[in-house]
Amino acid sequence: MSPFWKREKKSDAENIAEMQTASPPAAEAKTDAAPPEITVKPAEAEAEVKEMAAAKPKVLTAVMSGCTGCLISLTDNYDILLDLLDAIDYRYETTLADVRQIPDDQMDIAIVHGSICLQDKRQVDDIRKIRQNSTFLVAMGGCAGSGCVTRFSVGGQSATPSHESFVPVANLVKVDFALPGCPTGPEVIANTILAAVGADLEYLKPLAELAGFACGCDLLTKIIGNGLCIGCGTCAMACPTRAIDMAYGRPHVNQELCIKCGACYAQCPRSFEPTFEMIEKRVMGVE
Amino acid sequence: MVLGKYSDIMTVKTTDKTLQKYSQDGGIASALLIHALETGVIEGAIVAMPTDEPWNPEPYVATTPEEIVAAAGTKYVLCPLNNALKIAARENGLDKIGMVGMHCLTYAVRKMQLYPFGARHLPNKMALLIGIFCTENFSYTGIKAIVEELHKVNIEHVQKMDVSKGKMIVTSNMGERVEVPVKLTHNYVQPGCYICPDLTARTADISTGSIGSPDGWSTVMPRTKVGKDLFQSAVDMGLFETKPIDPGKTGMEMLTKLAQNKWDRSEKTRAERAEIGLPNPF
Repeated sequence: MSPFWKREKKSDAENIAEMQTASPPAAEAKTDAAPPEITVKPAEAEAEVKEMAAAKPKVLTAVMSGCTGCLISLTDNYDILLDLLDAIDYRYETTLADVRQIPDDQMDIAIVHGSICLQDKRQVDDIRKIRQNSTFLVAMGGCAGSGCVTRFSVGGQSATPSHESFVPVANLVKVDFALPGCPTGPEVIANTILAAVGADLEYLKPLAELAGFACGCDLLTKIIGNGLCIGCGTCAMACPTRAIDMAYGRPHVNQELCIKCGACYAQCPRSFEPTFEMIEKRVMGVE
Repeated sequence: MVLGKYSDIMTVKTTDKTLQKYSQDGGIASALLIHALETGVIEGAIVAMPTDEPWNPEPYVATTPEEIVAAAGTKYVLCPLNNALKIAARENGLDKIGMVGMHCLTYAVRKMQLYPFGARHLPNKMALLIGIFCTENFSYTGIKAIVEELHKVNIEHVQKMDVSKGKMIVTSNMGERVEVPVKLTHNYVQPGCYICPDLTARTADISTGSIGSPDGWSTVMPRTKVGKDLFQSAVDMGLFETKPIDPGKTGMEMLTKLAQNKWDRSEKTRAERAEIGLPNPF
């Protein structure tokens, strides 16, 4: 599947068919899990594919403790937003769609934004329910992924002084894929949703490693501290608060400005490396 | 394939007299940027612009041919060009951004296009990436130490630096020319370069560098449709003189050999790191 900004506009059926055919075979995706055994006969499989094409993947987006900026980022996909929403069956969303109850049936993709307040019983119950009822759980944005700016909370504020512990989703339940950044980029949200719809594990795999505590000091500990920095300045570019200055080819993080969103480390070309084949095929358009 | 995917490979130099004077070898990067700027392929380009501190360039968003000429020539020092991507898009308001950089910079841009976590609306603004051949790079203090300790030239007096045939050559503004074996500079290489697998910037739209071509010429490898079209239109307008690359020892053979060496060095370094328990990029 090519990135969305290279895709031509197509109908729903074509989109879904493309996503399903474009998903790489399990063996090629190099996952640790063994490829599933094929037990269905070709005719049955064909019928099943047709049925799946008819049924869109069920998606929910749930807000926890955050500013909903990442949801706005999702809607900032302008040109392809309607295509994106058309490709999924949007089941629960309190802001974009007025649905108040988290559905009880099984979801394919659950997108959570905002960190979890441990003292808010509703959020703790909700996130456990969402995890139980969904195949993929995506932590969208810094707050859900790493706690981001809510990490600085110490409680004592009105009107709920007892709300003091705001933690990443991964602290309570397993997060399949995290999207760092404050807010995380519209394009990466669209790419991730489409990849999850198409079970495109090649794209999703690195996102599995990005959940949990993050900070500008990751650059010191994980990149420079491991002899990996090449002074390209991508971290400083990615920083939403301009907390990173480049001097003599190395990042210098101003801890007063860092909001612990994790964008710098995730954007660093030396944190995870997409393969050359992936870049050639999906971005450069050379085969 | 150690050279990556490319549609063509040839030896090229610019026909522009001004660029020949200021550029490193064939003047390809500068000429291509100016051509792209004039034909509207890009609205501006991120280049390494000299600052008051000699040989410590800073990222700069160039929007005129004059600025591009001012930034011509190779600087063997780190310059965090990617930091200027957002500045180009937000402060300069550019919709079509060009960039010149080695593999690490172009690769980082490609990763950003694929996973734009902190790069809202930047992926589709990258209009042209010109890749530069690179074996390794130095920090500012590193290059200063090389020039002042090994070449015995004050860095403020350096007119031009060049690496050719296993020698690092420094020309001072008095016309003095000092050569030092590249081997001696290895102590100063930035550590992150050792795991880099790519010499020819395979993720760029079009790559160029001196390896494989005689003095005053550059090797050029168009890779994507953008790179191919831009180069073809520049050739059609007579901006470049081209000839086939020499397949022999100083041409294609040398380029492939050096690229293979860098690939092998990366594999070896990654294996060594894994052995002592250091994480590699995943």
